[in-house]
Amino acid sequence: MTVYLDHAATAPMHPRAVAAMVEQLTRTGNPSSLHGAGRTARRVVEESRESLGAALGARPSEVVLTAGGTEADNLALKGLAWARHAQDPRRRRLLVSAVEHHAVLDPAVWLAEHEGFEVVLLPVDRDGRLEVDALAEELAAHGDQAALISVMWANNEIGTVQPLDEVVALAGRHGVPVHADAVQAVGQLEVDFTASGLDAMTVSGHKVGGPVGVGALVARRGLDLTPVLHGGGQERAVRSGTVDVASARAFAVAVEEAVTHRAENAERLAGLRDSLVAGVRRGVPEAVLRGPEPGAAGAPSPGRLPANAHFTFPGCEGDSLLYLLDSHGIECSTGSACQAGVPQPSHVLVATGVDDHDARGALRFSLGSTSTAQEVDALVSVLPEVVERARAAGLAGVG
Amino acid sequence: MRVLAALSGGVDSAVAAARAVDAGHDVVGVHMALSRNRDQFRTGSRGCCSIEDAGDARRAADVLGIPYYVWDLSERFEQTVVADFLAEYEAGRTPNPCVRCNEHIKFEALLDKGVALGFDAVCTGHYARVEIAEDGTRSLLRARDVAKDQSYVLAVMGPDRLARSMFPLGDVPSKEQVRAEAADRGLAVSAKPDSYDICFVADGDTQGFLRDRLGSRPGPVVDAEGAVVGEHDGAYAYTVGQRKGLALGRPAPDGRPRYVLEVQTSSNTVVVGAAELLTVRELDGDRAVWFDPAPEPSAWFGCSVQVRAHGTPVEARARRTAAPAPGSASEDGAHERVEVHLEDGLRGIAPGQSLVLFEGDRVVGQATVTASRR
Repeated sequence: MTVYLDHAATAPMHPRAVAAMVEQLTRTGNPSSLHGAGRTARRVVEESRESLGAALGARPSEVVLTAGGTEADNLALKGLAWARHAQDPRRRRLLVSAVEHHAVLDPAVWLAEHEGFEVVLLPVDRDGRLEVDALAEELAAHGDQAALISVMWANNEIGTVQPLDEVVALAGRHGVPVHADAVQAVGQLEVDFTASGLDAMTVSGHKVGGPVGVGALVARRGLDLTPVLHGGGQERAVRSGTVDVASARAFAVAVEEAVTHRAENAERLAGLRDSLVAGVRRGVPEAVLRGPEPGAAGAPSPGRLPANAHFTFPGCEGDSLLYLLDSHGIECSTGSACQAGVPQPSHVLVATGVDDHDARGALRFSLGSTSTAQEVDALVSVLPEVVERARAAGLAGVG
Repeated sequence: MRVLAALSGGVDSAVAAARAVDAGHDVVGVHMALSRNRDQFRTGSRGCCSIEDAGDARRAADVLGIPYYVWDLSERFEQTVVADFLAEYEAGRTPNPCVRCNEHIKFEALLDKGVALGFDAVCTGHYARVEIAEDGTRSLLRARDVAKDQSYVLAVMGPDRLARSMFPLGDVPSKEQVRAEAADRGLAVSAKPDSYDICFVADGDTQGFLRDRLGSRPGPVVDAEGAVVGEHDGAYAYTVGQRKGLALGRPAPDGRPRYVLEVQTSSNTVVVGAAELLTVRELDGDRAVWFDPAPEPSAWFGCSVQVRAHGTPVEARARRTAAPAPGSASEDGAHERVEVHLEDGLRGIAPGQSLVLFEGDRVVGQATVTASRR
């Protein structure tokens, strides 16, 4: 039996999304063409956009389709930074939380290295939650120089849900646009773009049962965004490139499904997650849960994504744990970005105060639609032996 | 057996892993990350740890249908191989980092971690053979393709680690055959060029690397009589036997080329002289390791000795001159010494080089040169 506990990396496609995608793939028609085939394709795209808007609490015209979350994050960071800086050259400070995904952090660093911007990393507490006071101080001191704020809705590694209400309220006082990467939040938390007060929000297809290679930047009407991709002027000239009809349709179906069944799924996954956390703690008492404590079993846990559990195992190398679990058919992740497959200590863990050494023994378990109690049991039953072996190997490896 | 195949991203290790799979072993591929320096990856080092090599290793594992992991051994590599390289040069000796990498990384850090994780053996693409006698004694033998033979750099591992090593390429007739086999197996690395440089000296400039890490230390170059004949930027960067790069302004009185005879780090002096002064007939070594059956202590035995990775072996007599004291840490081996008398002289042997003793094709033992005499 293969146990897939890596839904935060990518999730199985929903059968309805597969069917919708296949149906569209058999059709010909560029949505920009004016003839009948083009009009049919255009209609599918616009209906998909409407359905995405409805599911995400946004107007259809606010949904800019992209080729995935990374592109949407790049468009948000670069598009907002350039547009704000063009309006007011003093605005060159990019305020991003220290636990952002690389798709946010790296564009920010690139803007600093190549375009004269400055990155201000906003600190987080031990649970990975933004230090709102630090943001308030930064805005009080340099609010007139802030080009944008980017704070993710929920963290992809340790599952921490960020206090976006407070961020939005603070930003509003200083007239600074706020972007949130909501890739991990959709389908697990209630995501309503308009109610959130955000200016821009990133969503992705393949984390919610849609295909890889499609996503969207939801951008408030009237928000000034400088394009990153130039060409045929599609997507309100903000994102040129022929719109991928089949992916847009499958994306919309997947988001619709995920949002419709969100409450019951989240409750089920939180229950599984709680038994996973309890089982890991029982079998490996020295394991340290990273991110906020989920709360009592079954109780709602707004501080943490319901499908996320993340631990560090003292004295173990994450890659040893990964190998040993993989050889038992259990698939999970060290949760950190890789350069040439070389494990680097996770910047998220480091930002929460974990030292480099402890950060090396990290494992993320992320649940999803296919997860079952049997799978959690399978993990919990092999983990103590795996950890013991990885610890012995860790000592051998460090020597 | 459960076999850990070290995949460098090159053709040899890929074919070796493929042969281990064919032999019915349960094989897992591992690429060792030996540098954490992202810049080094970006500037396209030809070493073992470029992004391209990691990708090639992954692709080879995909083709073979085996799991693939990257293990980060960069810290250990820096602490052992690179640190030893610098310390040895700084002490006026000439290290072989590939020998140290086999000693500390491939057949220690990697092997130990593998064993701890439940593997029985490490498989590499080295060219050497392992022979198992009826009584179970394992011998390390030269490869069938003598031109590619790597038993010299493997001898440092000693008998215990040999028992957990697998070299499937030991009996191939030639490298061309390995390339052809790789192509037949659909391994894209079949035509990849061989690597020769020291992997952590990205541009092949050892002197520049040493200067960057050890700093500039100007001093005199003197002849065998002690007369100053030039200057240098750091005695550590010179190697006994070296002729090029001496930059001596004046020619020798007799007009003949001069070579580095000695590197005196205590006085930061480089001694140069005529070629015949380089010829030595006696060598001493320490940190000796012996394969089974180990020679009797103090008894002279006939053998051939090799002092460079692709050097020609020369006839010699050798003997163990000190066995580890009973109860001492025998693993240490620092007390285990060897004395070698060469039948004919050898030129330009530097302290720090590895000497490997052979009986025919069989490796008898290995030591590090500490001194030489004419």
